[in-house]
Amino acid sequence: MKIRIKFRKWGVMKFIGHLDMMRYFQKAVRRANIDIKYSEGFSPHQIMSFAAPLGVGITSDGEYFDIEVNTTLSSKEAVQALNNTMVEGVEVVSYVQLPDQAKTAMSLVTAADYTLSYKEGCESPRSMSEWKEILETEFSGQPAFTILKKTKKSEREVDLKPLVYDFHVEEQGEKPVFFLRVSTGSTDNIKPELVLSSIYERLGLSYDENAIQIHRLEVYARDEAGQLVPLDALGTEI
Amino acid sequence: MRKLALSDEILMQVEKPARYIGNELNSVVKDTSQIRFAMCFPDVYEIGMSHLGIQILYDMFNRREDTWCERVYSPWPDLHKIMKEQNIPLFGLESQEPIKTFDFVGMTLQYEMCYTNILQILDLAQIPLLSADRTDTDPIVLGGGPCSYNPEPVADFFDCFYIGEGETQYNVFLDLYKCMKEKGTYSRRAFLHEAAKIEGIYVPSLYEVSYKPDGTIEAFTPVYDDIPVKIRKQVDMDLTGSVYPEKPVVPFIKATQDRVVLEIQRGCIRGCRFCQAGMIYRPNREKGVERLKELAVKMLAATGYEEISLSSLSSSDYSELAELINFLIEECNKKHINISLPSLRIDAFSLDIMGKVQDIKKSSLTFAPEAGSQRLRNVINKGLTVDNIMNGAKQAFEGGWNKVKLYFMLGLPTETEEDMRAIPELANEIAALYYDTVPKEKRNGKCQITISTSFFVPKPFTPFQWATMFDPSDYLSRAKIVNDHVKEQLNHKSIRYNWHEADVTVLEGILARGDRKIAKAILYVYQHGGFFDAWSEFFNYDLWLKAFDACGIDIDFYTKRERKEDEIFPWDFIDVGVSKDFLLREWKTALSETVTPNCRMRCSGCGAKQFKGGVCFENQN
Repeated sequence: MKIRIKFRKWGVMKFIGHLDMMRYFQKAVRRANIDIKYSEGFSPHQIMSFAAPLGVGITSDGEYFDIEVNTTLSSKEAVQALNNTMVEGVEVVSYVQLPDQAKTAMSLVTAADYTLSYKEGCESPRSMSEWKEILETEFSGQPAFTILKKTKKSEREVDLKPLVYDFHVEEQGEKPVFFLRVSTGSTDNIKPELVLSSIYERLGLSYDENAIQIHRLEVYARDEAGQLVPLDALGTEI
Repeated sequence: MRKLALSDEILMQVEKPARYIGNELNSVVKDTSQIRFAMCFPDVYEIGMSHLGIQILYDMFNRREDTWCERVYSPWPDLHKIMKEQNIPLFGLESQEPIKTFDFVGMTLQYEMCYTNILQILDLAQIPLLSADRTDTDPIVLGGGPCSYNPEPVADFFDCFYIGEGETQYNVFLDLYKCMKEKGTYSRRAFLHEAAKIEGIYVPSLYEVSYKPDGTIEAFTPVYDDIPVKIRKQVDMDLTGSVYPEKPVVPFIKATQDRVVLEIQRGCIRGCRFCQAGMIYRPNREKGVERLKELAVKMLAATGYEEISLSSLSSSDYSELAELINFLIEECNKKHINISLPSLRIDAFSLDIMGKVQDIKKSSLTFAPEAGSQRLRNVINKGLTVDNIMNGAKQAFEGGWNKVKLYFMLGLPTETEEDMRAIPELANEIAALYYDTVPKEKRNGKCQITISTSFFVPKPFTPFQWATMFDPSDYLSRAKIVNDHVKEQLNHKSIRYNWHEADVTVLEGILARGDRKIAKAILYVYQHGGFFDAWSEFFNYDLWLKAFDACGIDIDFYTKRERKEDEIFPWDFIDVGVSKDFLLREWKTALSETVTPNCRMRCSGCGAKQFKGGVCFENQN
């Protein structure tokens, strides 16, 4: 039986990297007595796979991993059992059953929502109304937004416009907060800070990654109708 | 949520920020507490988090309502640099508050090469490095662990030491502190004087050492009449009933020991003459098997670990090992938990369980003959014979194993070239046995024999505490003799040889049997940028040589000098239960190449019987 689990990660837990979060949940699943399936072979491992790795320093309301189980509790009971053994900064929010033929979360990921906000003690170089105007003139109002994307191996020109589905600014506690919905997954993976830092570059501002907290809000797949849906919407409550 | 001591900016630029944020499962956070205790392991997080002793004390202290014990590890050099530059005081992982405001800073001394890291922790904590410079507002700096059985080289840095096992006297010690604080009678001086009256507590500043013209000790005397002349080692005589961390702290990042650790016994019945642990942890005491089963189940449930291991010296001597391991195999198979076996004497029983819990094709057999020839094995009292090894290896080869690891020491007392050459010869014999035992069609490739040698370092409280050491070049020439002779063996293609560094050996030797004069050199090294000496990438032997030179310390005095039988050693003021008479008797028996039977075969009157328990009273009801 395939199960998809959604969790939040905040506070000091943002410093725990992706691989260590996997190790953390392998132990948590055991502590919560989830009847997880193991692979065959001499050193069996739990059948568990994560959707989209989250970088160190980033917090999230929408992290996903899939597991296979032999038997299961109800969704509510399983969420409770896992949350009884969480550390501060990690909370399980959903536990849903997937159809047997469901693809893994990792292969389905297509988009993600982020907010980028100024950390305590860090000020925005532009006011709220200025940012609104800048995003309109530099990004939304342009036919293309081409940047040079550098990877370990190569440099290539990429037009971000078709890969950024939403980019706007909101006001939270007197500071501007950027909202971004970007293409995510194994092809065309766009990091939200790449978009914002490119805007900074156009303005001749230097982008200080330590001044900005990145927060992932949700991760999406496309349903049969081509609409973006949160990954756990593909499963059902038990 | 707790506010971290380090900014996001710093944490994002250092390697493995998870080392510094705390918040691990089962770590203890209290609102505040009367007694604040920082428990430090002077090495990096991943090493320190693997240490069982700290988990035991952490659990024990935090059971007290009036005490909050937090953990501290050595910041890695990347963070060290930032903390120095920005003047950030070292903090406890749980509260993230500076430990200089705590009541106690305790440090476990597990190996000599961490001594400079003691100074690193004090320095980063902004606590004066020398006990003499501390005032009433500074924490009490306390040492413990195996190296505190000769605390003298680091005595200047500590206010007091706890000698022995923590389970017995810490409550008395903390109660004394609390009582003096409540009554308003506390001052550093008054507290240390009172603490020195507690059995097992050593306050270096209250003992004076005088030296003879030749540099050896003339006398070691307490400055007050009401404190003991000898410090008595503490022993927990009820391991079954004593505290044990049922909910150990589980790190987020992979620690060296990333599993549940069950301590099955303390002490050892064997009496190998080079082994300090085998002497200082006497008498051998076992933890009851039913208690161990209960602990295994509870600890696995509380941590979610996927592996469990057993910890002790000479685990094969645990009397109910078969019952325990069979229980674990059954329990762990159900839950897909691996069992990591300790090194066991190779026989039918151990091969059977190894076959059950390991992949035979990948795993190897381990023998630790420690010396190549039977003569030298008699000198060191290692009871393993060639017949034992050959019988074990034959059974193993028949069972499908083809990898063998052999551990030896070079530089043992009385060692001759013949003893060195016996090492490759033994390896060759084992390889030959493989080809004789396993027919060609059943072989899984060649057999692989790996020889590893370390250089012997004489340790306090062993029969070899009188032994002399050698120069680094002499050690290396011994390794060369072995290496050359490996190449001359018929089966040399099946034999691999690794040896250790020699510089570290000499330094370890100086620190292990050093006196109070050594502290100056340790301080010099730290002040000139040396720390993390246990890490080969940071160890700087030339800096140490410079330090000894600058401090007027003659290395040969500590290493190559012949020690007289009646010499007063720097550590003689500690009573470990095993008497100096016994050690001397054993030293002489060693030189006569005679074996002393183990504790279960016959009592040799070492003195540990005074603790009134353990193996000394087995089968006597």
